[in-house]
Amino acid sequence: MIGRAAISSFYENIKKSATAFISETGNIVLFFTDSIRLLFQPPHRFGEVIKHMEFIGNQSVGIIALTSLFTGLALSFQIYLGFKLFNAVNMVGPTVALGITRELGPVLTGLIVSARAGGAMAARLGTMRVNEQIDALDVMGINTKQYLIAPRVIAAIICMPLLTAIFDFVAMLGSWILCVKMVDLDEAVYWQKIRDIIKVSHINEGLIKAAFFGMVFATVCTYRGFNTTGGAKGVGEATNRGVVLSMVMIIVIDYFITNFIRLFYLTTGMG
Amino acid sequence: MLEAAIRLTDVKKTFDGKEFILKGIDLVVPKGSLTAIIGFSGTGKSVMLKHILGLFRPTSGHIEILGTDIGKLSDDDLTRFRCKFGVLFQSAALFDDMTVLENVCFPLTEHRRELSPLQVISTAEAKLISVGLEKKHFDKLPNQISGGMQKRTGLARALALDPEIVIYDEPTTGLDPILTEMVDNLIVETHRAHKGTTSVMVSHDLQAAFRIADNIAMLDAGKVLLYGTPKDFYKSDIELVKRFISKGMKQE
Repeated sequence: MIGRAAISSFYENIKKSATAFISETGNIVLFFTDSIRLLFQPPHRFGEVIKHMEFIGNQSVGIIALTSLFTGLALSFQIYLGFKLFNAVNMVGPTVALGITRELGPVLTGLIVSARAGGAMAARLGTMRVNEQIDALDVMGINTKQYLIAPRVIAAIICMPLLTAIFDFVAMLGSWILCVKMVDLDEAVYWQKIRDIIKVSHINEGLIKAAFFGMVFATVCTYRGFNTTGGAKGVGEATNRGVVLSMVMIIVIDYFITNFIRLFYLTTGMG
Repeated sequence: MLEAAIRLTDVKKTFDGKEFILKGIDLVVPKGSLTAIIGFSGTGKSVMLKHILGLFRPTSGHIEILGTDIGKLSDDDLTRFRCKFGVLFQSAALFDDMTVLENVCFPLTEHRRELSPLQVISTAEAKLISVGLEKKHFDKLPNQISGGMQKRTGLARALALDPEIVIYDEPTTGLDPILTEMVDNLIVETHRAHKGTTSVMVSHDLQAAFRIADNIAMLDAGKVLLYGTPKDFYKSDIELVKRFISKGMKQE
């Protein structure tokens, strides 16, 4: 009897969690569509979009450049050590380039920016919620989603591909430093192999993913911050949950977008 | 019969479908009056206030503000309708990344687009001066001024759009007696200075409610227990009203 009760309780918990997950996902999607719809209604808030682009984009350039440089160096070194066993060191450049542009560039940029800017968004909105500043905007007749959410989401969608492009460029610079300056691969061969293999579609794939990741982390973090309850503890929880969920979603969604883009390239012959 | 600025008819609210927070509120706030809403904690004052502001929609019942049934307004129309309100929050709720002056300019730049930037600034300065804030504080951030000044700034911002209804949400909770008296006087002066404006004050501060309000509504268990003038309250035989008055006066 105890066993049956435990199993029943176990299934009940799974049912509750699944319902909560579906309901939460639905709320986030509605939150996103509502915010974006409002962006196209007057008053247009381009100034706010620019302000948030400065925060999400401009202020992330330093950390993106630093991490991408060392990612390029470390990845190239590991691949060089592996390929050396098969006497295929000339393929280090294009292998790194493929990995960076299609996968690591957008994913690592997404993770770094969601931690930096997404966390700050959730904390800022959470603080505004608990200090009644969002209520103050509401009663002033300001559409809070239009004013607070839409500009942040749009700024993230615009900035992420740009930051990813910077990541790709600096990571390849790191790869070049390691391959050409540190382990003495032939520079002409290094660039020729990259030119032979890398196509514009590979770079585009990463940039498209980056835009999606921007949409995901900005929506999730603003949703969490906007719906904060409780005091300082609530702000901390909202920030934590926003950043963690964003990071997990970026990694999960990456797999599905990769498949979708592959399928698209296969069917259209564009890849 | 006095014209109603706010009319609540049998307003009920439940969040979970089981327990009702508001159990049928009937209340009429006359235009131009200063009405205080009092009651013990957890009686539904804040929830009722959020219904008046259109932040919550009632489960059943009607809310009429200045002759408009706000239940019939779409979300976007309701957002625009809220310009008729000015609200002074308990915490003042100033935007912490804006200066005192920018806080008051904000609603003007959002809703008075016909005004030039210079007109916006001069209007905001006039509002700040009208609530007794000195010019030397205009460029300070909210965290650089005292609690009293924050309240004044919050009130100036609430009055920026010349609202028809001004709501004071627990304006003196947590303040010392001197600051409390200052805020009370500010409310009375503001109400007198803005003829025709309806003021609603939600408060625990019984003395202030009796001293400054034209009418008082006492809430209990999600209903209006008593509505009347301060005199009606003193004369009331309702046990809970008597207890509230005696406790309130002792605390003061």
